[in-house]
Amino acid sequence: MKSTLKRAGYSKVQRQMNDVFIHFTSKVIFLIILLFSINLFMAGHYTPGGGFVGGLLAASAIILLLIAFDYETVRKMIPVNFHFIITLGLTLAIVAPTLLFFFGTPFFTHQHTYINVPVFGEVAVHTAMLFDAGVFLTVSGTALMIVTLVGGTDE
Amino acid sequence: MTNFVNIIVIICIIAFAFAMLGMLYRILKGPTLHDRVITLDAFGVTLMGMIGLVSMALDTSYLLVVIMLIGMIGFIATIGFAKFLEKGVIIENDRDNNS
Repeated sequence: MKSTLKRAGYSKVQRQMNDVFIHFTSKVIFLIILLFSINLFMAGHYTPGGGFVGGLLAASAIILLLIAFDYETVRKMIPVNFHFIITLGLTLAIVAPTLLFFFGTPFFTHQHTYINVPVFGEVAVHTAMLFDAGVFLTVSGTALMIVTLVGGTDE
Repeated sequence: MTNFVNIIVIICIIAFAFAMLGMLYRILKGPTLHDRVITLDAFGVTLMGMIGLVSMALDTSYLLVVIMLIGMIGFIATIGFAKFLEKGVIIENDRDNNS
């Protein structure tokens, strides 16, 4: 473990290093990145965005926490196995188009309607969003699993 | 958009392209890793400015999402490189037990 400070002569640099700035900043920016990923996920019908980019951005928000803190802390914060996230996303992505056979239309023909929500007014409800949620979960779980497998130290 | 602003935007895009060529030289030829990391961060910022100019030239606001995306990814990449240069490891297993 050759660090820049250790080569300069500080021997106990690993114990004494206080990362208070990166800890506090990552806690704030984590929420901003997660909010922006949900915004990208919701805006993906007519404007740039969608499940893939949203999932990658949500994964990168958790990667920021992995960089700022460590693997054990993040696993205590998010006590879900990444394989379970991938399985849930793939199940959602195969079940949502299959259930659309009950409408008597071909595969992947989505249905939509408009409902009235008290605060937001008229909101479009689209079944493509269920499929996109599956893509979101699959992409974020896969990216997190790859990063923790490649970048983590083995014990 | 008026003709004058259009000419200014095109001149700025060409200037940013020359700036990115200089940064590419520094990335390929940089003596140490620190030079390359700082240049990569500046490259991302210049790319954000160039996309903003392109969205001005095309008169659209859909590309503003891309600018924010590049900013966030570049921030995380810079944090990762900085931690690699400082500690030698990016994702620690348990930081209290000094693994």
